[in-house]
Amino acid sequence: MSQAILEQLRARFGEAIIETHNFRGDETAIVRREQIVPLCQWLKATPGIECNMLIDLCGVDYSERAERFEVVYHLYSTTQKHRVRVKVRLAGEAPQVDSVVAVWPAANWFEREAFDLFGITFVGHPHLKRLLTFDEFEGHPLRKDYPVNRRPKIPTPDPLM
Amino acid sequence: MGIQNTLQEGFFTTRLEHVLAWGRKYSLWPMPFGTACCAIEFMGVVSSRFDISRFGAELVRFSPRQADLMLVMGTITYKMAPILKRVWDQMCEPKWCIAMGACASSGGFYDNYSTLQGIDEIIPVDVYIPGCPPRPEQIIHALVKLQEKICGTGQSFPVAPPLVAASGVVKKGNAA
Repeated sequence: MSQAILEQLRARFGEAIIETHNFRGDETAIVRREQIVPLCQWLKATPGIECNMLIDLCGVDYSERAERFEVVYHLYSTTQKHRVRVKVRLAGEAPQVDSVVAVWPAANWFEREAFDLFGITFVGHPHLKRLLTFDEFEGHPLRKDYPVNRRPKIPTPDPLM
Repeated sequence: MGIQNTLQEGFFTTRLEHVLAWGRKYSLWPMPFGTACCAIEFMGVVSSRFDISRFGAELVRFSPRQADLMLVMGTITYKMAPILKRVWDQMCEPKWCIAMGACASSGGFYDNYSTLQGIDEIIPVDVYIPGCPPRPEQIIHALVKLQEKICGTGQSFPVAPPLVAASGVVKKGNAA
């Protein structure tokens, strides 16, 4: 069912769709990073697709690849009952991608988590601050090159109010 | 001529600190710092089946200012560590600490970037309880061990934390 969405995506965005695949019914589109926000808006707003729910957004580190990082968006439509995955590949030690908080407010904490653990900067995020670790934490612990034995210093806590 | 000759039958003499220690060891007021499954196990110890009140430590307080025994039950992350330290600092002397379970004692199997590798990195610990989580009997055993330590009759603890000097009770008892 979602295969039709991938074809519509190709027809609408053409060059911006790098590749698509459909492994055991998990329809996935890998897209160019410049187009992620208009593409997400289109997936959300187009009648018949209506991916109005961001299930998950996460970072991945494929340290052996040239484009080392990936951001994965899991989308669901509560009206059409279908799912789509969108992926963006990012290169470099300080990867950047546009924030989708304006499309789905649910992306707010997901993007903070990916920023915290992978060091991916989401341009346009309203409050890009570490979510799970603390401000004084050095490095991004889910990167594959983060030393396994490294331990942080004991932090000073955030004021709660 | 000892004091026994002066006093009538029915009196005995002791040292004041022994009486104090005897009183303290049977009225420990635990402050549960529960962050994980060990805290659930502790509920069993407090309630009727295992009944920690038989050992005089049933009155659980959720304010550090009303407690003298801190029970750290569960995984302590680096983010939580300064909060644990602050709560410990708010408790009045004399005070004791039990590290319950593998996580509080050593980090347990969370040997990673986020987890404190044992709470003794930040606060002194009197008794460690192994287990993941420990059985209720082990917690009661730890309490008995702590009572022995408070009145100075138990085995000596080779790695005595600074707490011993702070309370003064155990140190003098052991020397006697």
